[in-house]
Amino acid sequence: MLAFTSMPDPGQTETPVTLAQLDRQLILLTQDGLPLVPRPFDALATTLGVSADEVKARFERMLANGCIRRIGAAPNHYRLGYRANAMTVWDVDDARVMELGERIGALPYVSHCYLRPRIPSQWPYNLFAMIHGKNRADLDGYLTEMTALLGNARRASDLLLSTRILKKTGMRFSGGQ
Amino acid sequence: MTAQPIHPHATGRITHDSSDYQLDSVDRRLINTLQIGFPICDEPYAAVASELDISETDLLERLQRLLHTGYLTRFGPFYHAERLGGGLTLAAMEIPAHDVERVTAAINRHAEVAHNYERDHALNLWFVVATEKPEHIDAVLTAIALESGYPVHNLPKQREFYVGLHFHA
Repeated sequence: MLAFTSMPDPGQTETPVTLAQLDRQLILLTQDGLPLVPRPFDALATTLGVSADEVKARFERMLANGCIRRIGAAPNHYRLGYRANAMTVWDVDDARVMELGERIGALPYVSHCYLRPRIPSQWPYNLFAMIHGKNRADLDGYLTEMTALLGNARRASDLLLSTRILKKTGMRFSGGQ
Repeated sequence: MTAQPIHPHATGRITHDSSDYQLDSVDRRLINTLQIGFPICDEPYAAVASELDISETDLLERLQRLLHTGYLTRFGPFYHAERLGGGLTLAAMEIPAHDVERVTAAINRHAEVAHNYERDHALNLWFVVATEKPEHIDAVLTAIALESGYPVHNLPKQREFYVGLHFHA
């Protein structure tokens, strides 16, 4: 049967924030980056015909309500020498995964850590953590540490290396209503 | 009012060149500092420059160069798709080797597919779908299942424990 399996999302639903038109315009103007000029918020304000104080207040608010995770730089980690990158997946006791997920996520070499649904009889793993090292030996050391941290709450685990990047365009916000 | 682009040559995403520019110690401090955060004030670059004991002009030139040479992929606000009201999920498919190219094309032709990786597992295709409205996720995954002829497994996050990208330069 041609269908996709979909699992209910039991927790942590994201509450969308109602965006004003000005917020949307700011998102569209900055999704490729912040202007690299001495007064970037003034530059955005001039473009939108509002005051720089208004623009700064909007950014402050979007940071406070989580619409913006952070303002800053994203390095190309391959270029910085992080050539060993893997998706680690773990089958962790449901009773303990909330506590252990927080601890795995706090490890310095973990960039993303999520709880996701298992796929019955095909995919037993519920905890996903992306890890990054300079070489495979780094990754092996990290796996040993993660395995020890999870202890007997871990039933199985696997490491998936990416063999090819088939697409990497990033998300785009079109500004539609 | 029509929004005018702001100096397209001077924003945080610039086409990379093939330069083999090597980082110096100031570049490394700059990359490490700018991964932590950026102030919202009238002259934020000057504020960061003073923290690093360099001039604002030097900082802006370095930032442009790091983007241009591909050490940084982006500089600016990182928006949270779901908080902005969008849908986001990770999907996985198990595709036999002989059919990977065809199915990859069926997946990648959807603009909503932001990333797609081939991985060394029976479930070998892993892709991220981002939509403007959460209810559109199902439509995209259904279309991919129908076009490819294989099941698509939807693995939406149930809890986010950590998202951060701090790489020591």
